[in-house]
Amino acid sequence: MSYYVPVIVLGGLAAFFAIFSLVMGALSGPKRWNRAKLEAYECGIEPTRQPAGIRFPVKYYLTAMLFIVFDIEIIFLYPWAVAFDRLGVFGLVEMVTFVATVLVAYAYVWRRGGLEWD
Amino acid sequence: MTSLAQLAGGSAATSALIDSDPWWLTAIKVLAIFLFLVITTLLMIWAERRVIGRMQQRPGPNRAGKFGLLQSLMDGVKLALTEDIVPRGVDKLLFVLAPAIAAIPAFISIAIIPFGPVVSIFGHHTPLQLANLPVAVLLVLAMSSMGVYGIVLAGWASSSPYSLLGGLRSSAQVISYEIAMGLSFVPVFMYAGSLSTSQIVAAQAHGAPFRLFGVILHYPSWFAVLLLPSFLIYVITMVGETNRLPFDLPEGEGELVGGFHTEYSSLKFALFYLAEYINMVTVSALATTLFLGGWHAVWPITLWSGANYGWWPVLWFLIKLVAFLFFFIWLRGSLPRIRYDQLMKLGWKVLIPAALAWTLLIATLRVWRRDGGSPAVYLVGGAIVVVLIAIAFGWESAAQRAARQRETEDEELDELDAGVFPVPPLDLPHYHGEFSGAPGLTGQAESGPDMKEVTGV
Repeated sequence: MSYYVPVIVLGGLAAFFAIFSLVMGALSGPKRWNRAKLEAYECGIEPTRQPAGIRFPVKYYLTAMLFIVFDIEIIFLYPWAVAFDRLGVFGLVEMVTFVATVLVAYAYVWRRGGLEWD
Repeated sequence: MTSLAQLAGGSAATSALIDSDPWWLTAIKVLAIFLFLVITTLLMIWAERRVIGRMQQRPGPNRAGKFGLLQSLMDGVKLALTEDIVPRGVDKLLFVLAPAIAAIPAFISIAIIPFGPVVSIFGHHTPLQLANLPVAVLLVLAMSSMGVYGIVLAGWASSSPYSLLGGLRSSAQVISYEIAMGLSFVPVFMYAGSLSTSQIVAAQAHGAPFRLFGVILHYPSWFAVLLLPSFLIYVITMVGETNRLPFDLPEGEGELVGGFHTEYSSLKFALFYLAEYINMVTVSALATTLFLGGWHAVWPITLWSGANYGWWPVLWFLIKLVAFLFFFIWLRGSLPRIRYDQLMKLGWKVLIPAALAWTLLIATLRVWRRDGGSPAVYLVGGAIVVVLIAIAFGWESAAQRAARQRETEDEELDELDAGVFPVPPLDLPHYHGEFSGAPGLTGQAESGPDMKEVTGV
């Protein structure tokens, strides 16, 4: 645990700095009310009304799902890489099998157009 | 003064030394790192504007202070004195917190970077590294993922279309490139046998010696040389990861104004800016540590025996770091922004397969070099080749099938509207019963061969 104490201290200092900046920003600037200034910026035109509940293209959702799959694969690869010299041939066979299964899913997503953006 | 074992700087020795730091030494290190990041950011912004200015045949900022050195500080003061606008309709809490969520993780990552070997500070021997975690590189990946929350929450809370799209684009880009980045590290861990940065730096200390014309030289030991493909993939992903040109689509000014920070002003905007530049410093420092030998000196300097001891290595480290930062500026000065589909295609279809294939290749070669006689190695190698060939064949035939289908579809379309303005094929299901036969449309459509059936005339 003592490993992490300096990291937490640095994080604390960063948090203090960030919060301090946020508070200072709110206090130090002028306050002049203006209706147009408080509208969302859309290059000068009247801002579009946002639909209730934010909508966004489903592609982003798909990207996030794929990210999770691959991120987990990476997390499995790290300990394997660290212990690689001790695992020898066995480790290689296991990892090739594992990567191959993920590769099948990857090829499927690719062919079904899950990686296309237009 | 210090024993050789400590100077050699194995991970365990480094940890033990860091553990024995008195509290005030830790405090000094924390403060030094914090100031280093803030001052580097200020200088980096100034340097970027000056260098880009030179590249575009103009002077760049040169008024505030000598050579305009105080320009970014003055900009910061100016930002603090502008109004802190919170637009109507935003999610107040998240809108205010998002800059902090983006900035705090950016600061934390650099804690694991070794800036130099063991030095003496007020009589205490300590490595120039704040924390020597056994999972150091994981911390960096985790923190860069945390930074994404700041961006996506900023985009979401702003309730403005530009912000939302910028935030989504940015997060999709960062997580896509993080996969390739994570994969490019795997061969490095394989060679170093550890995730700890101090261990990785120690693993790059020097290659095997050999004699040339009576001079003892060493084989290259930097992972950038030994694992060049990994290094190249990392360099591309680190630019994508920090949302910098040519991958700065989240704030493509021509289309999204400022992207996720369109609605931000005053010091909130400054925090986002700070986070972006600190992230650049972090990925550059990580590149130096993992691939360019960390604080170790380059070859001609290593002929001087004192090069890798004391405070000098900090200089070598900073030179490498500044070289990477200059590379970022250089990219911005020379490359146009790429399209979003090209960006995602590069990330998902080029970098990830390339990194995976390279990792498996290195793994196979490493096992083969050690126990090459084992039949299992040949079996695995053969299996990989067979699978790759099978995929390539299946791929090719599938691609041909798709191409043929596209061609026939195109031909059908061509037959339909030969010589007239392109009209969608009117025998599509949703036209049935709907076609009212407006005079203009019928006249035009009658040139098509299938019109009679569709209209039922």
